[in-house]
Amino acid sequence: MRGEIVLETRNLSMHFGGVKAVDRVNFNLWENELRCLIGPNGAGKSTFFKCLTGQLAPTAGEVVIRDFTATGREPHEVARLGVGIKTQVPSVFDGLTVEENIWLSARKWHGRARSQSLTRDTLERLQLGDIRSDLVGRLAHGQRQWVELGMVVAAEPWLVLLDEPAAGMTHEETERTADLIREMNRTATMIVVEHDMQFIRMISSRVTVFHEGQILIEDTMDVISADPRVREVYLGHRRQ
Amino acid sequence: MNWGRENRWRVAVVIVGLAFTLIAPAALQLFTIINLTTAIALALLALSLALIWGYGGILCFGQTAFFGLGAYAYTVAAINFGGTTWAVLVAVLVAAAFAAVLGYFVFYGRVSDVYMAVITLTATLILYNLIRRTSGPEYKIGHALLGGFNGVTSPPLNLPWAPYSMLFPQHVFYVGMLALILGYIFCAWLVQTHFGRVSVAIRENETRAELLGYDTRLYKLGLFTIGGALAGIGGILFCNGVGRVTPDVFRLDFSAQAIIWVIVGGRGTLLGPVLGSFALFYVTSWLGTQSAVNNYLVLGIILIAFVLGVPRGLLPTVVGWWDAGRSRRAMQRREMRLRRRRGGRASTAGEAAHEG
Repeated sequence: MRGEIVLETRNLSMHFGGVKAVDRVNFNLWENELRCLIGPNGAGKSTFFKCLTGQLAPTAGEVVIRDFTATGREPHEVARLGVGIKTQVPSVFDGLTVEENIWLSARKWHGRARSQSLTRDTLERLQLGDIRSDLVGRLAHGQRQWVELGMVVAAEPWLVLLDEPAAGMTHEETERTADLIREMNRTATMIVVEHDMQFIRMISSRVTVFHEGQILIEDTMDVISADPRVREVYLGHRRQ
Repeated sequence: MNWGRENRWRVAVVIVGLAFTLIAPAALQLFTIINLTTAIALALLALSLALIWGYGGILCFGQTAFFGLGAYAYTVAAINFGGTTWAVLVAVLVAAAFAAVLGYFVFYGRVSDVYMAVITLTATLILYNLIRRTSGPEYKIGHALLGGFNGVTSPPLNLPWAPYSMLFPQHVFYVGMLALILGYIFCAWLVQTHFGRVSVAIRENETRAELLGYDTRLYKLGLFTIGGALAGIGGILFCNGVGRVTPDVFRLDFSAQAIIWVIVGGRGTLLGPVLGSFALFYVTSWLGTQSAVNNYLVLGIILIAFVLGVPRGLLPTVVGWWDAGRSRRAMQRREMRLRRRRGGRASTAGEAAHEG
């Protein structure tokens, strides 16, 4: 599994006033890995995520994606490296149809004909065909999440960053999302920020636990769920 | 995306426009034709704002800055060059260049929507105060005196191959209608290109467009510059219709009117704001002859009425009714068919035959 390091942060820090949301984080992601970031609320995982995608410019430290220094770059420059991004709150084009949403993603990378067939394939793959002409703004929350995932899929990224992809989904939808993530992982290296332990077990990967802006532990889910420190930060009481 | 139906409508609009162009000079008085030329100029301004605000989501409160600069640049260049062909080109370039420079600072400086409106409005008012103060003989560009608040007399358009044969008013009307129709076709084409669809996507969600890898600043700048050029063309026609250009083109109430046309006509359409500009142009000029009520009072009431009562604007609302009516009729037909089938099964063979 360990090949080349494709994403690396060195002493990455993001401070808001006196709050150290992310504090000197050194993080490595290897090629073809599926890594989950977990941690209690306010642990800094979403801030860390935003630093990776260029949505926030870190206070200090570096983000390197392959050979590209992504620190403080514009989000579109990071995306252009071939990085597919899904944000925490579904970020979609509400006034446009499902199909147009997907097409806009495919067309960034491909010519006219290829992007059309890619859009068709993506709609089929994510079972969005029946609602292809519906405005995304009128869809249910879970469906909007899927449209956003569809946009990520249609861009055929080699690196995928997902922030809470299963948030607000029904159990069935969550299972389908887990399947999709495993499928995407065949061709892409991935980081998934998640709350839901159940979901992380489903995609069974290496897990990084954030706590107070720093990495607490990094291991498989089995080791992590047995770790007393993790229980402590999640449940908030001391070991007996 | 299904453009088929929308484009059939657009073809119809172009045909109606062309027919109007051919019929109007024969059917209407010269005075009306000259007036119409001014209305067409304003319609081009409305079209430019329909494009950048309605499709691109860029609220430019000072679209008249490009319109006025186009008029001034055309006039000054035409006086200096003797002919108007190059003057037209200069005017479009000046308007577009000003939009590009202003847009560069706004979009690359990541200025938010509200401040965008304030900055563009301020730019217009600065131009107003600047040009109003140019009344001395020392304020001239080449041979052209800027003339302060009196403005400058604009040389009428001439044929490109004959600099000394000026166009008659009805010919300027033809040029104007042609410019408006071509402008409309251009915008309709543009919003269906990859560039146009990304611009609409940016209106919907700029962050998402960036996360897909689009440099939204560049797209907005491009669209804004195109809008500036279109408004500049409107300015050229405007000073041809009126015969002169004064600093009034940069006035606050004029820039506000452009916004009102778009709100009344309907954001997100191209034809709506054009119709809105025509309608309100005639309302205001009719009120001007009445002098019974204040013009601005009526415009204000119209604006409030539309914002509260018809927030989507005229055209989208009418299209909405049309669609609702059509789906209702389709549903009624379906119901009737169902009822007939059910009735047919229950009734005797003789009745069914009678019905058939």
